[in-house]
Amino acid sequence: MAVLLLAEVTDGELAMDATAKAVTAASTLGDITLLCCGASAAAAGEAASKIKGITKVLVAEDASLGHRLAEPTAALIVSLAGDYEHIVAPATTDAKNVLPRVAALLDVMVISDVSAVVSSDTFERPIYAGNALQTVKSIDPKKVVSFRTSTFDAAEEGGSAPVETISAVANPGLSEWVEDKVAASDRPELTSAGVVVSGGRGVGSKEDFAMIEKLADALGAAVGASRAAVDSGYAPNDWQVGQTGKVVAPDLYVAVGISGAIQHLAGMKDSKIIVAINKDEEAPIFQVADYGLVADLFEAVPELTKKLS
Amino acid sequence: MKVLVPVKRVIDYNVKVRVKADGSGVDLANVKMSMNPFDEIAVEQAIRLKEAGKAEEVIAVSIGVKQAQETLRTALAMGADRAILVIASEDVNTDIEPLAVAKILKAIIDEEKPGLVLAGKQAIDNDMNATGQMLSALMGWSQGTFASSLDIDGDHALVTREVDGGLQTIKVTMPSIITVDLRLNEPRYASLPNIMKAKKKQMDEKTAADYGVDVTPRLQVIGTAEPETRKAGEIVGSVDELVAKLKEAGAV
Repeated sequence: MAVLLLAEVTDGELAMDATAKAVTAASTLGDITLLCCGASAAAAGEAASKIKGITKVLVAEDASLGHRLAEPTAALIVSLAGDYEHIVAPATTDAKNVLPRVAALLDVMVISDVSAVVSSDTFERPIYAGNALQTVKSIDPKKVVSFRTSTFDAAEEGGSAPVETISAVANPGLSEWVEDKVAASDRPELTSAGVVVSGGRGVGSKEDFAMIEKLADALGAAVGASRAAVDSGYAPNDWQVGQTGKVVAPDLYVAVGISGAIQHLAGMKDSKIIVAINKDEEAPIFQVADYGLVADLFEAVPELTKKLS
Repeated sequence: MKVLVPVKRVIDYNVKVRVKADGSGVDLANVKMSMNPFDEIAVEQAIRLKEAGKAEEVIAVSIGVKQAQETLRTALAMGADRAILVIASEDVNTDIEPLAVAKILKAIIDEEKPGLVLAGKQAIDNDMNATGQMLSALMGWSQGTFASSLDIDGDHALVTREVDGGLQTIKVTMPSIITVDLRLNEPRYASLPNIMKAKKKQMDEKTAADYGVDVTPRLQVIGTAEPETRKAGEIVGSVDELVAKLKEAGAV
């Protein structure tokens, strides 16, 4: 039984954390072959070969695979699928874009955002914004699965799997990349950060959101946001934590000026310690917070930043 | 160009769901149901395309139980021209899987020949985020997922997508399947006169069998459980106390 794992590669660079967590998730399913593809993927393939617990790395480099457009990437994975019983990936936007397409081409269901592997055909996944956990058994001959990385530890480095170069398949030519608008950040990446500080509507303005960023910097944390903060333009959309944004489970999550709507909790309620700072003592966030501070955030946050720096 | 918009009837997004004590699923009896929020955004976008003269007809489709006709009436009241209801289940507890939904939608596309399908990026009940991509695969069409902006120009469209690191713009060949993200637009409310008018609009009723699609699930649900509840936290009195607690817990 063999597993093909689509490594997370962005602009030629391997996202080690997401990929290594998916390796852990897939480790009980069989021998893992990692697929690194992109316009440039050789360096990512080299980096991926060091993840412990994998058997082989396949590198597919082709201009058509740049930016991981769904149509050519899915075609490549389907061309390799014959040798594998499981086709898996970390549940990133790239994988969510490609894997369902792969599954339909193979006439099998996709199993999205798996939070636990029960056996080779049985998986647990959250539904209804994480308010229920469903265990499903696949009767399909091939299982196409994305893993919720926040619930798995990253596999260690120190391996040395062989790297093999393979060719891309014909590009269906249905789409082309135009441009990226990448939010530059030197803070830790949101989904892999050990500490996350998030701001919500209560922060009030884009200018005042700088206060959240200062607290984050004092803690060496990534910055998150609620939908309200993103919709109001206080923070970019890729900072959004929740059902439709990113799912995080850091050691410490600090929610500032966030009421704690169901959709936000879906993205952070597996954090180890949750701190809430809100002036409304009735805010639902206090029901999941380990430590709650009922206070005006404009006073509490600068004070907290000072005492932690 | 016709635009096809699949809409799903789901539990209202504000409802706190309850898992049934016997683990057989989520309690959907006497719970408020609504149109999936992402699908409202898809309907809104389709209507805007019609208002901009880029679409001639907007067809809303829903697949599931008979009550999904209410969801279709909502789409009609927002401005869709007609609706197709595909009854695929007798029981509200049976969620038709994205693969079966995609196959039914494919059969409808073969009949209706739309130039564009606008779907929500995910349904807030099963959280699968798969139907649009699966449909695109079955059609052999291009896909533009998680769209936060859409600009159609003849035989192609520019789609700006919300991806992990920021935004990505791609150019897709039409016809295409576009799945919409929250930030694409703000859906309108249906006015009372439009709700009344919607009652007279055409709604065809079909079954999954009419399209020759087997809706048997590929994923058997073994059980549904409550997630672990967090143990009760405490309210601290001051920033100093908070810092002390966090230090004690080894969090800072």
